[in-house]
Amino acid sequence: MTTLDQIAAPNRRRRFGSLTLWAGIALVGIHIAVGLLTVVWTPYDPSGMTGGRLEAPSWLHWAGTDRLGRDFLTQIMIGSRIALIVGTGAVAIGAIIGVTLGLLAAFATKLLDDAFAATLDILIAFPTLLIAMLVVAAADTANLGSAIFALGIALSAIVARLTRILTKRVLLLDYITAARTSGTSWLGIVFRHILPNIWPTLSVSFALQFGLAAIAEASLSYLGLGAPPPNASWGRLLQEAQGTVYTAPIGAIAPGIALVSLVIGINLLADGLRDSVDPTRRAR
Amino acid sequence: MSALLDIKQLSLHTENVRLLYGVDLTIAPGERVGLIGESGSGKSLTAMAATGLLPTNIRASGSITLAGRPVIDASEHQLNLLRGTAAAVVFQEPLTALDPLMRIGRQIAEPLRRRAARDGQRLSGTELDAAVLAMMGDVALPDPERIARAYPHEISGGQRQRVAIAMALACKPSLLIADEPTTALDVTTQAEILCLLDRLVRERNMALLFISHDLPVVAGIVDRVVVLRQGEVVEAGPVHQVFAHPQHAYTQSLVAAAHAFDTALGAVP
Repeated sequence: MTTLDQIAAPNRRRRFGSLTLWAGIALVGIHIAVGLLTVVWTPYDPSGMTGGRLEAPSWLHWAGTDRLGRDFLTQIMIGSRIALIVGTGAVAIGAIIGVTLGLLAAFATKLLDDAFAATLDILIAFPTLLIAMLVVAAADTANLGSAIFALGIALSAIVARLTRILTKRVLLLDYITAARTSGTSWLGIVFRHILPNIWPTLSVSFALQFGLAAIAEASLSYLGLGAPPPNASWGRLLQEAQGTVYTAPIGAIAPGIALVSLVIGINLLADGLRDSVDPTRRAR
Repeated sequence: MSALLDIKQLSLHTENVRLLYGVDLTIAPGERVGLIGESGSGKSLTAMAATGLLPTNIRASGSITLAGRPVIDASEHQLNLLRGTAAAVVFQEPLTALDPLMRIGRQIAEPLRRRAARDGQRLSGTELDAAVLAMMGDVALPDPERIARAYPHEISGGQRQRVAIAMALACKPSLLIADEPTTALDVTTQAEILCLLDRLVRERNMALLFISHDLPVVAGIVDRVVVLRQGEVVEAGPVHQVFAHPQHAYTQSLVAAAHAFDTALGAVP
């Protein structure tokens, strides 16, 4: 069995898989480390005007200063923290609501299930960002909490649909019937068999949605619907740099690189995770 | 003597197809019964109906009594108490019958723990581990310590079927339903699994409902057979009588086919 597997999937594939995981861990790890660091230390006071206006990068200010003379690197670093908080919060809310609804739908009667599936399809037809904007608008205040909640709600539709389909597929398998014939309760089946078996796919989806949430948060902030100042969200930094993009391009480039590196890191992590969570794909 | 499983005039329908019609089947405690028929004759459905696991779009009429309790229209909670305790099932395809992401040891531990809980005992930690290894020894799994830590894809088909049997036995059922347990296995492994089932059922004094399309396999392990064709019982009786003097034309053709196969095998030098 093992030898056959190795012939079918040569080692190169496996090594690449773990390389993906490590690259993802490294990129995301840098953001997490920086985000945690900003809680206790930043190069400069984030709201202190410590240099001239729109200075170019120098040894004193590695990423230059913004139009109010604040250190730009400090803002980018705080942006990591904001992006991680929003991503984690939104995925957590989306996962709790989405998985619960998806499981309920998979176990519901056919009529309820059909209605649920149709509702989800309609919800998913709207862009995540649009739903999030609607929720923020309904909440009437734009702050970090409302942005997290709005993105969580928007993501939950995607999670619910995925959970419902994955659960329905697992429910048809023999080992569920086998578990039922031996007297396992539905709750036992959900926690012992269904969740572990849909987890590899779900976790990859969560990681991808984390990236989606980070981008959506930047978009919300760009539109002024995200975290208000002094929370230095990358989206707001990009928006502020808009007017000065020709005179001080670093203002647009730096937050862009930060956002892209986080999202790529998370996607690599998702890919690597899938290989390590699933024992049938794990090298032994 | 009250029957362990008593199926009377069981009929199953979907909206426009008749799947099973007027099936009678009785199994006394400790008795071994074979259910024979070709693919699609309703063998497996009968077994599923006995444990109350019919798909929701199939309607059942007639009566099924398992361990003295009605199965048709019983609540999910009542059925759950019967499942495992009154009857446990071994399935045809041992790979899909095991959870691919759970280690073998845990899969066997789960029914053991549940059965102990139903009997009012707590089984956990090292006691549970010991019980799992003992159960694996009972089904003659080699190197139980290693296999307990393995995932289903890491062991052979015959070993998986032994694991599935161990899981069913861990429930300590009064009736073991074996749904074509040897069909997915090669002939040598088939013989081993049959011997194992025969020994375990005898040792534990369980009743056995053995479902198969394979006459010689059934003849070796049961006392009584019921022949099913297109959802109807065409013949029933002690295994020797049915095979020596088949009454119904369908059974006669089945027996003749098995003889022809034996002769063909014997004729090969």
